Parts: sequence; structure tokens; C-alpha cells
Amino acid sequence: MKDIQKILEERILILDGAMGTMLQRYKFTEEDFRGERFKDWPVPVQGNNDLLSITQPEALKEVHRLYFEAGADIVETNTFSGTTIAMADYEMEELVYELNYESAKIAKEVADEFTAKEPHKPRFVAGSIGPTNRTASMSPDVNDPGYRAVTFDELRIAYKQQVEALIDGGADILLVETVFDTLNAKAALFAIEEVKEEKDIDIPIMISGTITDASGRTLSGQTAEAFLISVSHIPMLSVGFNCALGANQLTPHLEVLAQKANFGISAHPNAGLPNAFGEYDETPEEMAEQIKEYLEKNLVNIVGGCCGTTPEHIKAIADLAKEYKPRVVGVTV
Amino acid sequence: MSSKKERRYLKLSGLEPMIVSENTNFINVGERTNVAGSRKFLRLVKEEKFDEALDIARHQVEGGAQVIDINMDDGLIDGKEAMVRFLNLIMAEPDIARVPIMIDSSKWEIIEAGLQVVQGKCVVNSISLKEGEEEFIAHAKSIKRYGAAVIVMAFDEVGQADNYERRIEISKRSYDVLVNQVKFPPEDIIFDLNIFPVATGMEEHRKNAIDFIEATRWVRENLPHCSVSGGVSNVSFSFRGNNTVREAMHSVFLYHAIKAGMNMGIVNPAMLEVYDDIPKDLLEHVEDVILDRRDDATERLLDFAETVKGVKKEQTVDLSWREEPLQNRITRALVKGIDQYIVEDVEEARQHVDKTISVIEGNLMIGMDVVGDLFGSGKMFLPQVVKSARVMKKAVAYLLPFIEEEKKNSSETSLSTESDSNGRILMATVKGDVHDIGKNIVSVVLGCNNYEIVDLGVMVPPEKIIQTAIDEKVDIIGLSGLITPSLDEMVYLAKEMERKNFDIPLLIGGATTSKAHTAVKIDPQYKNAVVHVNDASRAVTVVGDLLNKRSNQKYVGDLKENYSKFREGFLKRTKRKEYLTIEGARKNKYSIDWQTSEIIKPNTLGVQVIEEFDLQKLEPYIDWSPFFRSWDLHGKYPAILTDKVVGEQATSLYKDARELLQKVFDEKLLGAKAIYGLFEANTINDDDIEVISEQGNFRFRTLRQQLKKHAGKPNFALADFVAPKESGVQDYIGSFCVTTGFGTRELAEAFEADHDDYNSIMIKALADRLAEAFAEYLHKKVRIEDWGYARGETLSNDELIKEEYKGIRPAPGYPACPDHLEKITIWELLQVKENIGVELTESLAMWPAASVSGYYFGNPEARYFGLGKMKEDQVKDFSERKNIDFEYAKKWLNPNILE
Repeated sequence: MKDIQKILEERILILDGAMGTMLQRYKFTEEDFRGERFKDWPVPVQGNNDLLSITQPEALKEVHRLYFEAGADIVETNTFSGTTIAMADYEMEELVYELNYESAKIAKEVADEFTAKEPHKPRFVAGSIGPTNRTASMSPDVNDPGYRAVTFDELRIAYKQQVEALIDGGADILLVETVFDTLNAKAALFAIEEVKEEKDIDIPIMISGTITDASGRTLSGQTAEAFLISVSHIPMLSVGFNCALGANQLTPHLEVLAQKANFGISAHPNAGLPNAFGEYDETPEEMAEQIKEYLEKNLVNIVGGCCGTTPEHIKAIADLAKEYKPRVVGVTV
Repeated sequence: MSSKKERRYLKLSGLEPMIVSENTNFINVGERTNVAGSRKFLRLVKEEKFDEALDIARHQVEGGAQVIDINMDDGLIDGKEAMVRFLNLIMAEPDIARVPIMIDSSKWEIIEAGLQVVQGKCVVNSISLKEGEEEFIAHAKSIKRYGAAVIVMAFDEVGQADNYERRIEISKRSYDVLVNQVKFPPEDIIFDLNIFPVATGMEEHRKNAIDFIEATRWVRENLPHCSVSGGVSNVSFSFRGNNTVREAMHSVFLYHAIKAGMNMGIVNPAMLEVYDDIPKDLLEHVEDVILDRRDDATERLLDFAETVKGVKKEQTVDLSWREEPLQNRITRALVKGIDQYIVEDVEEARQHVDKTISVIEGNLMIGMDVVGDLFGSGKMFLPQVVKSARVMKKAVAYLLPFIEEEKKNSSETSLSTESDSNGRILMATVKGDVHDIGKNIVSVVLGCNNYEIVDLGVMVPPEKIIQTAIDEKVDIIGLSGLITPSLDEMVYLAKEMERKNFDIPLLIGGATTSKAHTAVKIDPQYKNAVVHVNDASRAVTVVGDLLNKRSNQKYVGDLKENYSKFREGFLKRTKRKEYLTIEGARKNKYSIDWQTSEIIKPNTLGVQVIEEFDLQKLEPYIDWSPFFRSWDLHGKYPAILTDKVVGEQATSLYKDARELLQKVFDEKLLGAKAIYGLFEANTINDDDIEVISEQGNFRFRTLRQQLKKHAGKPNFALADFVAPKESGVQDYIGSFCVTTGFGTRELAEAFEADHDDYNSIMIKALADRLAEAFAEYLHKKVRIEDWGYARGETLSNDELIKEEYKGIRPAPGYPACPDHLEKITIWELLQVKENIGVELTESLAMWPAASVSGYYFGNPEARYFGLGKMKEDQVKDFSERKNIDFEYAKKWLNPNILE
């Protein structure tokens, strides 16, 4: 299989769209989430999408297939919450390895199907590593700003477990995404470096931050460039932004990265901003039209979608991106 | 992807980015959030006033600091916890957190804890090759993984780089290891190439600034992408007090260092003059020094500095004496203790003589005679004489090579400098004792008077003293000691001298020695004179008389007669006193009503250790009066400073002491440590105190006054202040050992190597004062916090010195408990040696010497008293209680046993 770094220099790579949005279409019930194996689980598990890798693997394969068919080069594993910290809500800390391993295995299986069919367009699996539901550099208690609900070491250990399982399951890339607190991401990167050293392997890393609002900063207060500097100590395939904003609102921040970063640039924005009902109603055409600006300005190397995006959105983006050259990596200061 | 011409920049981040490129100005690092750099910050952290501590950080950022250095290395702070807490709080303050953090600690665990709580890209301050490559690589690897830049100190296994070559050698090696082995990004390496003071008057410091600047240039040219940093205020250290000069020096230094490539550092913006605003003449003088452009640059700047001491004081030094004839100048330099021009002057003198030795025998001795006369007539004081000696030593050190050369050239005229001395005197602090301030003062004073001193140092075994005296054919032996066991060593030595048929006088000195002891115990052992000399100014006349070939026989005879009479009188007097048996004394013990007595249970029981204590905190606790006494200046501080007779001298000495003390504080030259513990305890069998600790049960044996008292006055023992077991009341006792002596010996040796006995003695005297201050400080802390029986106590330092607090802290070897043996119990109870490294010598002196150990008694009725003499029955009782040999007990208690 061709080195992804090489491909990145040749063409713009397409990342898949939302997993959650697609799974909602199945309207899985509590029983569906539980399946046979967890029918007596003591706490409700509906909404634990990561669990579906074990209880509804066919649905996952179907979603991955749809995205590959739409033109995605990379699909993400269904492991956004696959850490002991995030799984604590469901009392499923013990399942972390299995969830990640199975999810990577499923995605890899589908990717291999497509690579076999279209060898000129190899497909990749990115192990999705979410931010967890706790922040290492912010206090959840406004009255006690010095308090922390999670420590670096707790995060590092949790991430290490997830990373090991994703790699064992066959992930080609690790994607640290939706970074709203850079310290969480640094713990994940630290864990990845440890695993790389222990397993004596190398694996491409993508990191993707989240600019939360019009302030142009991450939730933990960093500007785009400060975020970039804070994570640049690890060699990366790409750095970028995802979630929270639509493609338009993300443009100025991508411009900062594109100017300053020595890595590939990725973007997977939401399908616009949510409407009053919390739904994303930007059409594939509308979104593609905004992505066109990225392409014309030569800002990105990898592009895809986050919340509210579907295979239709990805197809529209993929069709457009084919017409453009990727950003050239490494000519910046 | 990368070309050779590619420039890689140091990039740091807080909430916002900070990039160091050729277009950015010098990056200023704020250091007010450093407990070592700001006393206020230290206090706030210690008092956990983190809100106010945050204000300091905020002001720094508002004031233009582009990076803030945070350091929590202090003995009384849990550095790791404080670092994490403070950083967490900073992260919640966007106006502070916007700048990058410099995590500053000498402890790796603190650095790592800091790295784990900061999201931005920090700088670690610092790592070095000091502990070898393995640790260096491990830490660098970890720092890289945390995503931080690093300051690398120019320090390796051998030591700190202090010249151009060493700076290059260490930075090159560090760089190669980091870049090639660790794969550390070179742009994330910042070298701290050690800024040291210039214009100190020491030849080897002349190139300190220019070496730094040139090494900076080399590093920036030869080690691609890295940065150079440093603490700028160091360079002007020798001009403390003269801000005009200091500000100019900082600006000039920065001007050249920045041109050479220094791109970040710690600078106090308030202490910086605009380079172009520096007056031309001052600029020239300062640049001469910084760039080492002339041999006399330091002298010229010193002179010039006097004229620019700031507008307030239009003060110029009268240098008209420099126009006087040569001998006047040399004499004046010696009398005034000015060493600035002495080398120049003796060189001039050397040009006028055939043999260099004549300069010493002529010019210098004429000057020293004047010093001797003035000292003898009380017009000069000891500290001045020691300063004179410093000038003399410098002059001699300069002349010696010429003398050696002349000797080589004319082999038949084998002139030796020694043969012309007034006599040769062996000086030693006896076996088991480590105290040598007094001995060194006497040595210096005698040295000034042209006696040749054979100084054997401290803890000298008697055999060595005897053998050296024979080998070196000395004319007098001088013995010194501070602790009571030393008295027996002196007796032993006198016996040995008699046995070996010596016939030279023996001088006895030191704090516990006395004319009485010398007359009663030592003098009868030896046929020649044994003289008690406890005063350096007397030493010269005594030695002069003892060695005066015409009159010394009569003098020695008079001395023996005098001591013999004194002895008789003393023994008669003591016989008149009445003593009780130990049983009788116990019946008259001091009794406390234990049912009503206030006994407070300590808040913290068990042993606690304080390491890396910040000495500066001790400043208010220093009792200066004994300091002046150690220099033979008698009077109470601060009145002594304005005393009619010694005031001027005391003030000058005090000024020098404060200066050295500040240096000790600023450069952390001395290491302070403490250990203390509070335990459950009860008195058993009248005089023993049983102590319950985790290490097991221990017993302190106390001694009881046996002198028959007036009716109603009790016979005290320390055990009286602790509730007896049979009272059923649980009581407590404490024990402690503090030291401020780590590093004293090295400093003193360094001063001696520089012919600076004045400061060598000074540092020891200061260390002793600091140890006492530490004991006072710790006692207070224990009273208020750990034991907590005096929570509301507010006593001034004067009141502390007057011991007006509740409870006492008697020390073994001192009047209430003269028995040194109990130190061993303290050492076992607290594991003193294992925990803080203070050791006991065979005479049970503490090493380092600047140490204090003792007990804490908390009862409001506890008081200090003197044991006085005791009878043999108590010694016997004591030996049985302690289960030791009677003769052994006798040996240790000897000074207190009734004849």
C-alpha cells in the first residue's frame, strides 16, 4: 500500500462525514444498543454509540461503506468516546480495549474491501480519539478555578489503552480530534509517543482542534497559532480544525494554520450551524460551495465533514476536491 | 522539505503565540514569581495567599514580561504542590496565561508536575550535564515529549563553565547530545551561558563579561537555531549600592551581548539605562570593564564610580594620598586595608631594590609595624587588622615569584623568607572539635606581626600536633577549642608535651577555655608556660614576651607563679561551697502542680525535616551582639554601632558583614537544613525523661544541681519540667538539630586561597549566627505551629533574644545540660545524620560547625539554669542510669565535677 504521506502530496484526501448523524437514522432502541450480551447491564446504554461496534457491527460496516462509496479516502473508527474516562458514564471502563479493537477491525475490513476493488485509490482507517468529557486545564467549578476534574496522568493512561487497542485492531492513522483543551491533546500525544516507542512502530498522526465560537479561540482559550505551537513537538501527518463551526466560519483559522504549519492541513467542519431544533440543515451543495473557498485559497490537504454531514455531503466535497491541487506542505516558516 | 538556509525559530505559547526570530526584540523573562527572586512572592506562597501571588504575575505581564519564570524551590514550601496549584490558577487568568510559562526548579519532579498542567508550550529551566549524560538525556527526552523548550545550563560533571573555552565545550557537547541523540529540535534549545560579575578585583573575573559575550557569539554562529539567555544583573554585582553604574553596566553588557546573539534573559527593566543616554565618560569606563579593554579598567571604574554615586550624594573619594611618596602609600594601604593599588605599589618598590625580599622586610614591614602599634594602642580594631593582613598577603603573593626566581639565580645566597620571621607558631583546633574562628583570627593577627604560622586546621589529633611541632621546630603551640570535651584534649596534650620533654610555651584559647581551667587543670601538667589567651589583641604581646630571648625566662617564671597562685585561690574558694547528695538534691527538686499545669498536646507529633531552607528568612532572627564579640568588639548591638570607642569600626564591620550576608542570600551560598520532632514523654525516676517515638523508646538523662541553695530555692534538673509518669498526665518533649553550615568550609577555603582571611573568618562567623537564628526561627515555628502552645505569640526579635518566650530549648553542652553524651540520644531519636547529614565528631561536636541541637520543653514554668558543679555520687548514679562505665562518664562530665 502506498505511503499516505506520499499520497497527501499528490492529491487532496477526503475524510468521511458524521458517524452519529448516520447512526441516528437507524433509530436504535435501548434493546438494540444492549444486544444479547448486555441485556442485563445495570445502567441505560442508549446513546453510547461506541458500544454499537460490538452490538451492531453490521450497521457500522454499512456506514463506512457508504462513505467510501461517496469518495472518502479515510474513514474514522466509531471510537470517539472510547476511553475509560468517557465510558465511566456507562460503567463500561472494562470494555475499552474491546470497543476500540473491534471498531478498528470493522473499519479496516471495509477499507480493505475497497482497496482490493480500487487499488489505485487505497482506503485508510483513522482511529478516532476524542477529547473525553473532562478538561485538564480548566475547572468545572466556577468557584474554584484551581480545581481539576482530571489529571494529565489519568488522561495519558486512558489514552494509552485506547491507542494500543486501535493499533492492534488495524488503524492506519490516529486522529486526535475535537480538541477543546490542548492539555488533553498533549496527554493523548504523549500516550501515542509512549506506545510508538514500546511497540517500536511509527504511525501517522492527525490532530484536529476545535474553535468553539466567534472569539476564534479553543475552549481552553488558545488562538489557532498558539494551539499549533503547543502540539507541534510531535511529527504529524496533519493539523486542522473540526466541529463547532460551519465551513465558512472556519476559513480564517485555517488560513492561520496554512500559513504557519509545517504539516498537512485538515478540515472537517459541521454542516453549518445547528438550527433551533439542534439539527444541521446545510445541504451538500451549500457546504461544497464554502469548501470551494478552501480549495481556491489552497488551504487544505485533507477535507471532510463533522456533525450533520452525510455521504451526500462527502460526495459533493470529493467531486469538487478532485479538481484542485493540494496545498504544498513545508514551504512555510 | 527543509533546505540548508532554512531558519527555525523558537516558538512558545501561552494562550497566544510567542515567536523568537531575528525580527523580535530581546525577550524579557519576568522573575518576580520566583520564590528565590522575590521575598514578597515567597511570603505570599507560604501564607497561601495565591490571589495576591497572582497579582504579582499579572503585574509582570502588564509590565512587559514576555515569559514568566515560576519557581517554588523553598524548604518550607511543598514545591510540587505549590507549582501545580499556582499554575492551575494562572490558567484561569487569561491576562496572565496569555504568555508562555518558564517552569523553574532544580527538582525534576517539580518540573514534570508543572509540565503536566500547562497546555501551552513552556520552557523548562533548566537541565545540564552536571549529573552526567544519562540523566541529561532522560530529562531532555521527557521534555521533548511534553512539548517544551529547554534552558541548558553551561554546567557539566566537572563544574560550571567559567571561561570562554569551557562555555563552548559544554554547550557544544550539550547541543550534540540533544540534537543527535535525543533528536531534540535545536530551535527549542536555549543556552544559559552563566553571567558572572566583573570588576570584583579578582584577576580571574576580568574576562567574565567578554567571555560570556564571545561564547554567545560562538554558540549562535556554530550551533544552528538555538538561543542564548542569562540573568543580567549578576554582571554588576560588585557595584551593589551604586545604581547609576549598575544600570550603565547592564545596558552596556546587553548592548554587546545582544549584538553577539543573546536573545532572551532576565532583566529588571527598572535597572536599565538607555545605552545612548549613558554619559560618555561613564560609558568608556564601563565598556573598558565589560570588554576587558585595559588592565586597570576595574580600578578606573571604581574610582569613577565614586563620582557618580547618584545625584543625591555628591561624594568623591579623596585620592590625593596616591600622590604621596611610595612608603606613605604602602603604609596607608596597609593601615586602611585598601588592596586596590598594593600590587602596583610593591612593584614600584621592587624596582628600587636589589633583592625583592627587601620590599617585604622593608616597605611592607614598616607599614605593618604601624598597624601593630595602632592595634597595640587600641586605635585599630581586629577587623581592620585582618583587612590589613589581606593587603599584606596580596602583596607577598605578588612578590613571591620574584623571590623564588632570585633564589634560583643565586644558589649560594639561600635567603629564605622564613628565617627572618619573629618565630614559628603551630596553631590547631584539637581533636573532635571543629570550631576555628577564634584560632584563625589569632593566626592572622600573629601573621601580621611577622610570625610564621603553621596552621593544622580543625580536628587535629594530638600525635599530629606533637609530630608537627618537632618536625617544624615550632617556637610555640597554640590550641583552640569551643566545646567542653576539648578541654580534656588540651590537658592530654599538655601531658604529652611533658612526656616528650617539650620546652616551648603552650597557648590555650577558645570559648569554653578559661583562666581557671588553664590554671587548675592544664598548667600543673607541664613545666613550661601555659597561657590562657582568649583575646587576639593580647596574643601578640604574650607571644612577643614569650619569645623575647632576653626576658622570656623571667616572664615564664612570673606566669607559672601567677597561675599557681590563681589555682590555690580558686581551689580554696570552691571548697567553701556546700553541696547536697544527689538524693538530697532530688528531694529539693522544682515541683510543678501537674494537675493544674497547662499541657498542650502538639498539633504534629513525630519527626519532620526541612531541606533547602531559604536563609533570607533568618535575617530578622539574627542576634548580632555575639557576632561583634567574635571580633573582639564588645558591646550590645545596635548600640555598639554608635559606641564612642568601637562604633566606627563596628559599623564598618557590620557593613561588610551585611554585604557578605546579602551575597550568601542572593547566591544561596550556604545550605540550611533542619530536623525536629515532638514526642510523648514523661519523667521517670526523678531525673530521666522517657520519650516515645516511632523509632522506639528513648531516655534523656538529665543532671541536677547539687549546690546547696538558700531556703526555698530548688535544685533544678531539666526533668523537672516534664510531668512524671506517676502523675498520670501525658506530657511531651521536643528535640531538634538545625544547620546553616553546608558550604561554609568551601567558601572559607576559596577566600583563603585568595589571601582573604577577613572574609574567610567572616563567613564562618556569619554561618554561626545564621545557625543560632535558625534555631530561634524553628523554635518559634514549633511554639506557634507544630506544638502550638503559643499560637498567639507576638514577640519582637529583641524579646526573642532576651528569651522572653514560653518554653525553653536547652542544648547539650550548655549550662543546663553540659553533658554532650545526650547528643547521641538526639541523633538516634531523630536520625539526624541520615536525614540532614549533620554528624557528630568523636568529641561530640557537630559538623558542619554552624549547627545547633537541643531539646524543646513547652511547660510555661520551664526555665534556663546553670547546672554548676556536681558531686561524684551523681556521676556514679548517672553512669548506672545510663549503663556506662563510671570512668567513661567521669571523662565526659569532668568539667562539671567538683574537685
